Amino acid sequence: MSHEHGHHKETFITKYIFSIDHKMIAKQYLITGLLMGIVGVVLSLFFRMQIAWPEESFEIFKIFLGDNFAPGGVMRNDIYLALVTIHGTIMVFFVLTAGLSGTFSNLLIPLQIGARDMASGFMNMLSYWMFFISCIVMLCSLFVETGPASAGWTIYPPLSALPQAIPGSGLGMTLWLVSMAIFIASSLMGSLNYIVTVINLRTKGMSMTRLPLTIWAFFVTAIIGVVSFPVLFSAALLLIFDRSFGTSFFLSDIFISGEVLHYQGGSPVLFEHLFWFLGHPEVYIVILPAMGLVSEIIATNSRKPIFGYRAMIASIIAIAFLSTIVWGHHMFISGMNPFLGSVFTFTTLLIAIPSAVKAFNWITTLWKGNLQMNPAMLFSIGFVSTFITGGLTGIILGDSTLDINVHDTYFVIAHFHLVMGISALYGFFAGVYHWFPRMFGRMLDKNLGYVHFWVTAVCAYGVFFPMHFIGMAGLPRRYYSNTAFPLFDELADVNVLITIFAIVGAAFQIPFFWNFFYSIFKGKKAPLNPWKSNTLEWTAPVEHIHGNWPGEIPEVYRWPYDYNKPGHDVDFVPQTVPMKDGEEELHH
Amino acid sequence: MTSLLVFFVLVLIGIAVWQLTKIFDLTQVGETSDNSGVATDKDNSVNGYLMFGFLGFIYIFTIYSLIAWGDFVLGTPASEHGVEVDNLMEISMWLIFFVQTVTQFLLHYYAFKYRGKEGQKALYFADNNKLEAIWTIIPVIVLAVLILYGLYTWNQIMYYDEDEDVMYVELYAKQFGWEARYAGEDNTLGKANVRYIEGINTTGLDLEDPNAQDDKVVTELHLPKGKKVVFKIRSQDVLHSAYMPHFRAQMNCVPGMVTQFAFVPTVTTAEMRQNEAIMAKVDKINKIRANKSKDLVAKGDSALDPYTFDYLLLCNKICGASHYNMQMKIVVDTPSDFKKWLADKPTVTAQWKEANTPAAEKIKEEIIETIIDTTKVVAQVEK
Repeated sequence: MSHEHGHHKETFITKYIFSIDHKMIAKQYLITGLLMGIVGVVLSLFFRMQIAWPEESFEIFKIFLGDNFAPGGVMRNDIYLALVTIHGTIMVFFVLTAGLSGTFSNLLIPLQIGARDMASGFMNMLSYWMFFISCIVMLCSLFVETGPASAGWTIYPPLSALPQAIPGSGLGMTLWLVSMAIFIASSLMGSLNYIVTVINLRTKGMSMTRLPLTIWAFFVTAIIGVVSFPVLFSAALLLIFDRSFGTSFFLSDIFISGEVLHYQGGSPVLFEHLFWFLGHPEVYIVILPAMGLVSEIIATNSRKPIFGYRAMIASIIAIAFLSTIVWGHHMFISGMNPFLGSVFTFTTLLIAIPSAVKAFNWITTLWKGNLQMNPAMLFSIGFVSTFITGGLTGIILGDSTLDINVHDTYFVIAHFHLVMGISALYGFFAGVYHWFPRMFGRMLDKNLGYVHFWVTAVCAYGVFFPMHFIGMAGLPRRYYSNTAFPLFDELADVNVLITIFAIVGAAFQIPFFWNFFYSIFKGKKAPLNPWKSNTLEWTAPVEHIHGNWPGEIPEVYRWPYDYNKPGHDVDFVPQTVPMKDGEEELHH
Repeated sequence: MTSLLVFFVLVLIGIAVWQLTKIFDLTQVGETSDNSGVATDKDNSVNGYLMFGFLGFIYIFTIYSLIAWGDFVLGTPASEHGVEVDNLMEISMWLIFFVQTVTQFLLHYYAFKYRGKEGQKALYFADNNKLEAIWTIIPVIVLAVLILYGLYTWNQIMYYDEDEDVMYVELYAKQFGWEARYAGEDNTLGKANVRYIEGINTTGLDLEDPNAQDDKVVTELHLPKGKKVVFKIRSQDVLHSAYMPHFRAQMNCVPGMVTQFAFVPTVTTAEMRQNEAIMAKVDKINKIRANKSKDLVAKGDSALDPYTFDYLLLCNKICGASHYNMQMKIVVDTPSDFKKWLADKPTVTAQWKEANTPAAEKIKEEIIETIIDTTKVVAQVEK
């Protein structure tokens, strides 16, 4: 899209709805993602209430779940599973994949590499609108009489294939599959666009080793997405065949509701392989963009170069590569050959190495810095903290021997919520606080931001840290109630505590949303470069124009991390500043 | 009532937010460029101290958790390989604990120490290959040890010698319960398939198979102490997972496929009940249950049964609405007790014969006929 198009008179519809401007599409992704986030979090509060106070009647359930799903205000046991399923699906795919990656890849790729727009603005628009449709279909499934999909976000067949097994596997599951199929199409269009744009549309001087780490992260994420999402698509397609056309890809020898079904020769383990071939890279699709954002924000706010730029790129690539050959660690006890278990233990534990490199590099970036504690910086430091806490338990879950006993317990919930859930959300928030001025031309209120961060930080630990202990007590996840086992009676108080932390933590997201929507309209006008950052996006005018820069696209002369470079008076040297006579690159 | 409560909570949270922002506002006193949205030195200072405080929070919360909830962790393993598993777990946990303590300290301490100040200059420190090498190689070495130890244990657990003197037991999962099938005298499980399920033959045993003649199906799993038990695991409908936490054992149950897990039980149920940690746990749970019972009785419900320790088999793979209550009791006996217990159980073939004696068959047929008749009536009316 060349900037001449900016001269055309834009109508409300072309500007705000069917926009092909990447900045508008980023905002659309952001707001859709945040709204889906509200749904996902509220669902989690509902099932957390059920866990803490099992089978109690709540007024709020009567209102939101209704008589069908919660007769007399008591949540039905299959609806509990439905809520768990939809919470997982929404958070993983709709908030942390589309919301996070969609927002910041769209906003930052053209702006930070110096391009007028994405390679294909039209495909970009299509990508958003398919995402929007998939959101609508997923939300519609919440209103199906038999309930939404209830087989867990991993939708393992036969449970997800047979409506006899659980009511949610009827129409609810069909809608889930349709929604995900559309979602995958959307995600692929987005990813292809990101890859092509990064490869082809970099401005003069913007070599691959002068790219901000954000772009590296988005670029590699898009590649993993293109490699792995189609596999989920095929799995979903085969599952649709099994469900609707009587094939037996994943089903065999089933006796249910008093009759033998005709399925013969399929294997649910095959589905698990296909699912996790996406499912595991998916967690890196979620976390890598957050890592990119955090790297950029930590460097800017430390007023220091990111430590080990090349090592950071290398570890992003290493993580991306390893992420595609570790899926089997979700399946150690699935019945697959134990030899495969050995292989996957080996590859899985290797991921700890690039992850450790990244964590140490972030910490070293803080060392001897001049840290500007903006809300974005707090969330970035919080990211590193939860990434370490959550990541470390990965060496237990990735070890097939230890996985035997903690597999599918609350220990797993604690692990992945800290390492990819909370961490990615922190990255998301950090990105929103940091680039809000870029998106809306206004500043967010920082004091509300501080309150938001500190309460969230305490509550996140309060929710997920205790789960390690109840997990090691052997408490399985996805249990509607723990009262069937007297053994777990001693864990009841901890579950109440967790739920209280969850409710308080969720409530303190309200100030964020208020801050966000209020500041869009009433926030203080933002200066051109509020954080004194080096990257290109801060050279484009605050008033959004299609084509990003009014005149020529700026040329780039240096890498993006020249903060406090010796020989310069100011503490930042933007990428557009030419090298002085005799100035040397001081990094490798 | 709840709505009112929710309303109050929301109001209180609103007040809390307002007060908290007030605190941050107060730190701005005397600053010139207030609501710029960019952190000032005061902000840096306050948040730097809070970072340090948060480090304290993490440490204190960890210590509190260990004291308050440390005894939740499953105690003495009841299987031979469980000792190895727990050993590796302990090593991993110490490592995690150490790395967590150090890295969180560095992260938050630096955040505190280098908080932004007027005139403070950051060090231009872009890379250092020596440092990168150190924190690549150290994890490599540590992980190599963990991987080797882990794989050694994994192979010990997952493979067993065909010549070993083992006992075969089938675990059979279905929505929402468990059955166990013993191979009988011949120690060979008879063939089975869901297509043979009929009447009392709930596990779909092929009654024609010679190996099936002495198979016994029970709903309470008994195991002899000290003998290697090889579980052949099947599912009738959806995925389940046979989780026996006290034995550090778990394997999924997959329809259309037989999965396997083997272990040697080493502690009988009676012995485990005498275990000090278990006794303390049972006491604690019974106190909780007694308190709960008081409330229940006050409400007019019946009191909860007191808890006695038993090994359990739980379902640990989402399998449907009643997933949360799919369990089977496991009893580990001395070998002689086990033999006695198993001898008293009837074989499936014997049960089948008894259930299908001509007299019974006739009654059954009559019942079926009447059922068919009632449907026929409708059909005839339509004619």
